Amino acid sequence: MSRLTSVACLLALAALVLLGGCGEPQFSDAEKKTIASLALNTLPSLKPDTTNQYADVPAAAALGSTLFFDAGMSRDGTVSCSTCHKIDRQFQDDLPQAVGIGHTNRRTMPLAGVARNPWFFWDGRRDSLWAQALTPLENPLEQAGNRAAFAHYIKKRFGERYERIFGRLPDLSTVPANASPLGSDAEKAVWNAMPASQQDDVNRVYANIGKAIAAFERSIEPEQTRFDRFAIDLATGARPEGNAAFSPEEILGLKLFIGKANCVTCHNGPRFTDNAFHNTGVPPVDGLPPDRGRVDAVAQVEADPFNCLGKFRDGDESACRELRFMVKDGPQIMRAYKTPSLRAAADRAPYMHAGQFATLDEVVAHYSKAPPSVEGVSEVHPLDLSDRERAALVAFLKTLSD
Amino acid sequence: MASIWRYILAGLGLAALLVGIVAVVYLTLPHSASGPDRSRSKKTANGLFVASFEPERGVIRQGELQSWLLTLKTAAGAPVEGAAITVSGGMPQHNHGLPTSPQATDYLGEGRYRIDGVKFTMSGWWQLHFGISAAAGSDSVVFNVVL
Repeated sequence: MSRLTSVACLLALAALVLLGGCGEPQFSDAEKKTIASLALNTLPSLKPDTTNQYADVPAAAALGSTLFFDAGMSRDGTVSCSTCHKIDRQFQDDLPQAVGIGHTNRRTMPLAGVARNPWFFWDGRRDSLWAQALTPLENPLEQAGNRAAFAHYIKKRFGERYERIFGRLPDLSTVPANASPLGSDAEKAVWNAMPASQQDDVNRVYANIGKAIAAFERSIEPEQTRFDRFAIDLATGARPEGNAAFSPEEILGLKLFIGKANCVTCHNGPRFTDNAFHNTGVPPVDGLPPDRGRVDAVAQVEADPFNCLGKFRDGDESACRELRFMVKDGPQIMRAYKTPSLRAAADRAPYMHAGQFATLDEVVAHYSKAPPSVEGVSEVHPLDLSDRERAALVAFLKTLSD
Repeated sequence: MASIWRYILAGLGLAALLVGIVAVVYLTLPHSASGPDRSRSKKTANGLFVASFEPERGVIRQGELQSWLLTLKTAAGAPVEGAAITVSGGMPQHNHGLPTSPQATDYLGEGRYRIDGVKFTMSGWWQLHFGISAAAGSDSVVFNVVL
């Protein structure tokens, strides 16, 4: 009998060892490769931006930082970039749609790693960080200013700093106080009455404002998370210690993310984004103006005088391949929006381009159900994830925040 | 009585061993690479040309705009000059097109055409369709790229 007991004990011990083994992260080589490709240590160093010769000039970044936080950079002195891009909130505002001078129709995007984007805004209606920075300045719902007023303001408040970076300011003495090709009817009329050389002078100062702000924003980069520590340990064969160790639920979530749930198809690379535009059937928001995503952005970026092919670009045209080879038509760009990075996403609800979903659970439920798009065709297909699987995906996404 | 238990235990042990061996074989077996034809050189659909398609710098980098070379020869092996080339494509399994609009931007001589603006934003099966018009006539060819 005692022999029987000892054999049973041995068997039980073997079973425990086996089960214990199952509790360890067990990934196939293909899974390990994918996980390694998502880790922050594979993020290459930031490439120079040849379209902005001031991109890595410290004085330009310093001026850009001043301008970023300066509410004087708005029509009524109440709104700055930092009103919506809040420094203590991942440079976003936790609102479903941004509120500047007015109520916009889009969710504020966070800024970590923003300088790595080929396209800006949810719909990619700008093609460089400096051209992006100029857009809210004149949007009547955001900072609601006009470029002539900004040029005067720069001269008055920051003239010396500006000239140390960009060279002499143009003569603005005969430039009207308020004028812009994108402003009110009155501002447009004043702009159109200005000689072309004067319009050029103002546009040049305006472009340099964008270049300074972009130089500042280049310093905002994603931070290492629990996931990255876990991924590095997995890649090196080290046993994850402390909070780098994943719970069984987080491991299941990671496996689903890179496997059955297909999240990694678009949310790939160390920033968890393919930098492309997709229709994923996210519903429109009642009460907001019609929003067709990338379809309308294509014409806007082509018409932007500050785009890469325009005369305010520094360097040569070889930097403009994204614009040159962009997809301009076809059904796939209808209601297509940019894949957002998922880094630190768990700490910045609500989600999607107009804050449609209040929680990550709602986001994951949307992708599991994959409803058809109201316009255009959704690229995602139903996953029919179980409650446990959806919760595991959310648990994994939270590891990109801690 | 004890002998029956011994047989059961032995049976269990053998079964466990078998499961272990099967698992090891399954995990280490190379997965056969089936899927679309990945050849980088082939005859065009109607046999007018022989086309080859290679990344200009030799390697495919996911998420980066890259230039590729499309080399066109006649069936007899002569380089095809002055061809008009259209490019389209997408991911058959995802039901979407290319994320960029690649174009034939330069003729490099000896039947070689630079196809610039190619970008593969995700892993999986991509297709590139080329429409080719030259003195010999019009033809088309499809290349599969699997990342």
